[in-house]
Amino acid sequence: MSIVTVQLGQCGNQIGYEVFNAICSDFHSAHGLCSKKENESYQEASKERFFSEEKTGVPVARAVLVDMEPKVISQTLSMAAKSGHWKYDHQSHFCQKQGSGNNWANGYSVHGPRYREVIMNLVQKEAEKCDRLSGFFTVMSLAGGTGSGMGAFVTQCLRDAFPTSFILNQVIWPYGTGEVIVQNYNSVLTLSHLYQSSDALLVHENDAIHKICAQLMNIKKISFRDVNQVIAHQLGSVFQPTYSSGGASRYSRSPLGDLMESLVPHPEFKMLGLRNIPQMSENSLAYSTFTWPGLIKHLRQMLIANAKMEEGIDWQVRPPLPGNPVPPKASPNKALHFNTSIANLVVLRGKDVQSVDLGGFKDPALYTSWLSPQDAFNVWKMPRAFNKYEKSATLVSNRKHCGESLEYVCFQSLCSPIH
Amino acid sequence: MEEGVVNEILQGPLRDVFDSKQLITDVSGSGNNWAVGHKLYGCQYREHIVEKLRRTAEHCDCLQCFFVIHSMGGGTGSGLGTFVLNVLEDEFPEVYRFVTSVYPSGEDDVITSPYNSVLAMKELNEHADCVLPIENESLFSIVSKIHQMTNSGKLGSTVKQNSLLTSSAGSIKTEQEKPFDAMNNIVANLLLNLTSSARFEGSLNMDLNEISMNLVPFPRLHYLVSSLTPLYTLADVNVPSRRLDQMFSDAFSKDHQLIQADPKHSLYLACALLVRGNVQVSDLRRNIERLKPSLHFVSWNQEGWKTGLCSIPPVGHSHSLLALANNTCVKPTFIELKDRFMKLYKKKAHLHHYLHVDGMEQSCFSEAISSLSDLIEEYSQLDATKDVPKTDPSRLKIAT
Repeated sequence: MSIVTVQLGQCGNQIGYEVFNAICSDFHSAHGLCSKKENESYQEASKERFFSEEKTGVPVARAVLVDMEPKVISQTLSMAAKSGHWKYDHQSHFCQKQGSGNNWANGYSVHGPRYREVIMNLVQKEAEKCDRLSGFFTVMSLAGGTGSGMGAFVTQCLRDAFPTSFILNQVIWPYGTGEVIVQNYNSVLTLSHLYQSSDALLVHENDAIHKICAQLMNIKKISFRDVNQVIAHQLGSVFQPTYSSGGASRYSRSPLGDLMESLVPHPEFKMLGLRNIPQMSENSLAYSTFTWPGLIKHLRQMLIANAKMEEGIDWQVRPPLPGNPVPPKASPNKALHFNTSIANLVVLRGKDVQSVDLGGFKDPALYTSWLSPQDAFNVWKMPRAFNKYEKSATLVSNRKHCGESLEYVCFQSLCSPIH
Repeated sequence: MEEGVVNEILQGPLRDVFDSKQLITDVSGSGNNWAVGHKLYGCQYREHIVEKLRRTAEHCDCLQCFFVIHSMGGGTGSGLGTFVLNVLEDEFPEVYRFVTSVYPSGEDDVITSPYNSVLAMKELNEHADCVLPIENESLFSIVSKIHQMTNSGKLGSTVKQNSLLTSSAGSIKTEQEKPFDAMNNIVANLLLNLTSSARFEGSLNMDLNEISMNLVPFPRLHYLVSSLTPLYTLADVNVPSRRLDQMFSDAFSKDHQLIQADPKHSLYLACALLVRGNVQVSDLRRNIERLKPSLHFVSWNQEGWKTGLCSIPPVGHSHSLLALANNTCVKPTFIELKDRFMKLYKKKAHLHHYLHVDGMEQSCFSEAISSLSDLIEEYSQLDATKDVPKTDPSRLKIAT
């Protein structure tokens, strides 16, 4: 099934481009470590998901680009066209001359209603190109004006126009020391609106990704492009085709639907976090080997200790002993660090995925009392390697921790009753 | 309101840039009198001004903002300049009005400049969206510093051509430089950097409308202190990150501000960094983290940074930085202005020149000075919060 991506604002458009680029370079990469037939069917499935075919054979991204000013979109379009491997539909974008000026209200209440029809027409056209529509994937930032304001508005419109389709919002959390001074207002307003209309919110924090770039990828001068490429890699590792958990070599059909099914058991909790290992610079990749038990052990501890990346994990944190569910007063420190999950999904790609033991994730102590591990934990597997990594594991989780950064933002914005 | 300067521009090398129909002149000048500029010429030329403004505006695809550039001391700049500001507000209420005001220095050649400035200040308080105050003294000291640097011989040979902040690089050369050219070029560079993000692409765009959205927390406190760095670029090609860091430090030092003020020892309400050239987000992060401890931010806006990245550097430079700060350090400038105003006003000196202009009454003076005093008072109140130890409000409880 196909996913229609809606890219909003400068951030959304830049990340959207990198996502398509990552997916495209993944299915073009030769060393998939699997048979030719497998490789072909994988490419086929991936293409159907994100691209439509043009007569010339160049894949065209199933995407709608929206921004309130022209520079970013024209740059994105030309970058895609230059790559030669894929491109955007040259009609499937909408831009205006003047940006939203970091003003959420400007995006949501002024530009949104004014251009509703044009944008929804573009979306409709993209949706009609799909044989089977799985849902929508919107990419936006929380801080700016267009991404946050328009994004919240467009998500609502999508919900109205496609009541049965899934909507997943990728939101980018701004740097802690602001990119935009009014970012806390914008974030709170956006989240409160998205929470009503979206099915799930996938959160990436710029600060965390920046650290990954600096410490794991070893990049000296980090640009936004590097940050976006890491995000794109993480997203690609989730959304590229995987085998369904039931059958041996059948692809799971509806990526968004399956994701929601495994991760959003309760409509109140829909903030998702993403973790991915291994991640390192291309140079050191050639000299590194990984074992599945090692990767899984790290990934599990990252979940428990709430670490955003492989380095600097707190190995002291342990889940509470079984039969002794979170003693709230006995050890307040430990309890604070430990991170209860509502649901987890592990995506494994690469060599020998069928033999991996994931027992560590099935510990009931990791989860809430109202959901058993069988229901709260899911695995997707794909024996084809992803994006140059021989083995790659991604964890998507619905956890308690998301609430904390949310709390921080609310707190910050209450502190500054200005503007 | 006199023909000389405008005619000179029209005959100068830039004559093709300006539309010869889009100018308004008179013969007699405003005689250093705010009242003549604002009340007399204002009323007389209003229709004219509106028509010319509208004609230019209609050529625009997307009108973002008006720049009003004027001096505070003289008659035409301050009087008619602020009158135009009012006209713009009436005719184009949606469009932002950015004002670049050149403040008179202490030893000024115009005796009535305190009157003119204070009267103009009231209009700026009420009708501008953002004001970028500039002082001639600061421009002068920057110019002389550059001269000293380039002529000292130590750096002379390595300074890249055309990279002085004061050189009119990329423009058509005039035969001879006039004394104010170097100073004016600094202001020109300020405006060029301000609009760079609208003209060129970058990885983090910052439009003009974002400036007042982010930097003006309260509508009256819209005076932004600006600083430009680097003043010149050395000729060697690779940029050690130390020099890049130096650029950020300089932007907050006293010597690089375009008014006589010291932002480091005053209170920041908000701060914007517009970076151009080969600078990445990690450089920006690193420098913000580095500089943050040495700066005082107002308690409710500790993270008050706004950043923009534009990938095209100015002509002759590899990178540049424009820092805009909403800072209480503008207060001394205003207080000095007030003092000089009061000195004249107590004796009612030169007042009759103003009062004989139609529509000008003594209440205009008292209103103007009270408007200025209010502004100073507002900044003082903010300053007072600086030393008070922060009391953290109890954290928000969220049911999980």
